[in-house]
Amino acid sequence: MYVAVKGGEAAILATHDLVAQARRGDAAVPEISVAQIREQQGLSCARVMNEGSLYDADLAALALKQAQGDVIEAAFLMRAYRTTLPRFGSSEPVDTARMAIRRRVSATYKDLPGGQVLGPTYDYTHRLFDFALMDNEGVMVGLDPTISGREGATAAGDARVKPEHDVASLDAHMPRVPDILGAEGLMEPEVPPEGDPRPFDLTREPVSFPADRDVRLQAMARGDEGFLLGLGYSVQRGFGGNHPFVGEIRVGEVSVEFIPEELGFAVDLGEITLTECQMVNQFAGSKDVAPQFTRGYGLSFGHSERKAMSMSLVDRALKCREFGEAAEYPAQQDEFVLYHSDNVEAAGFVEHLKLPHYVDFQGELELIRRIRHEREQRLAGENEALPEAAE
Amino acid sequence: MAVLSRASRAEIAQLVGTDVPRHDILKAPETGTVMVEGRAGGAGRRFNLGEATVTRCIIRLDDGAMGFSYALGRDGRKARLAAILDARLQRAAPGAALHRAVDALAERQSAARDLASRKAAATKVDFFTLVRGA
Repeated sequence: MYVAVKGGEAAILATHDLVAQARRGDAAVPEISVAQIREQQGLSCARVMNEGSLYDADLAALALKQAQGDVIEAAFLMRAYRTTLPRFGSSEPVDTARMAIRRRVSATYKDLPGGQVLGPTYDYTHRLFDFALMDNEGVMVGLDPTISGREGATAAGDARVKPEHDVASLDAHMPRVPDILGAEGLMEPEVPPEGDPRPFDLTREPVSFPADRDVRLQAMARGDEGFLLGLGYSVQRGFGGNHPFVGEIRVGEVSVEFIPEELGFAVDLGEITLTECQMVNQFAGSKDVAPQFTRGYGLSFGHSERKAMSMSLVDRALKCREFGEAAEYPAQQDEFVLYHSDNVEAAGFVEHLKLPHYVDFQGELELIRRIRHEREQRLAGENEALPEAAE
Repeated sequence: MAVLSRASRAEIAQLVGTDVPRHDILKAPETGTVMVEGRAGGAGRRFNLGEATVTRCIIRLDDGAMGFSYALGRDGRKARLAAILDARLQRAAPGAALHRAVDALAERQSAARDLASRKAAATKVDFFTLVRGA
């Protein structure tokens, strides 16, 4: 018999009030605006857009505000909102070769065409606190000039350049690094399959295994950064047989083109920021394939290179079947990776454990009591039998 | 349309002006999504990267000119104004003031792109090699 228990409405209403208060914090401190979060917490917004699988920086900022900065809760809000929207269709595949570059680095070639463009990165900062960001008068001055740029700006010998005056803009054409190796025939070619088929959409159709690469890439694009980072790390540490180099990371703006039915030609919807990572992996060759470099690919919304790098590591690991490698480790097993990378699903199943399970638990309680009772009776019976046996 | 989709609502409102022409709304501003596709390795198999919000609107001016607007984001007001502007641009003679104003907007967008590119170029690495024992 299923017993429904009701109650708690008043408590739930009160908790809604309380969470609003907790979210607001000390009323003496000014409230942050959604625009401030969008502009000043952009990397957080990028993560919410990726894991919420919806590109909209305003909504990501709102989600972060509403969720008190809880990224997974914010991604959940994005996913829930997305389900209320009609889908107009699919874009033309974005062309990352025509990206307006803000950052582009390669660990494989020093002197590549277009150059190494560091862009905005924390890579070369000292990870010292910049207390100047605490803003108030009288607080300590910034300690890490590599972040704030406030110290030493007027010192003689300042090597900084003034972009507005001194610098020419970047080359319009920045070749993708794997294509340079591809021209030599040393890189696994990357061409669309016969007929350039529409990609599988895991939001519309159930996934089956083994999963094709389009399914895997979609799942990872919306997957949890931390989970993919851990898996990528496991590949590097030996739980996967790859030896990766960053062929290229690029960050910048890409146009999104869409062909509306009523127009019949592609319209430019505007630009989105993307991060792309091309991981280059050594491959000793197999019976059918000559020794060459193989690719791992990562693409993500916003500036999110840790995510794109992790994705590209796991993408290569998941290609093990195509290269005749044994799938011995978690990062090589598509079912394991795809079923556990979605943090909204994972959080839902883990966190549902805190919801009432009173009836289930009552059942288990009675079962344990009965087993213990039976065990005690059995032991008592054996004890009665024992003395006779001893004599 | 590429210029208008990148323009702010304020910029479009300024181009339309205070004297908004009479128009029928054929498709009211509607926000939905477009699934953004990528290609594995940049040039290979297509895959679904994730969706993006898009708002569209279709209007018809009294003189019969149809105007379309499709742009990223959720700004319905901007979509309607952009659709009106699109219709008026189709009726305006080449070189008309409205076309010149849109050209000026395109130039501002291009200048902003150029500045962003220069800022990135300022972080370009100049390698030099230290020759030991020379």
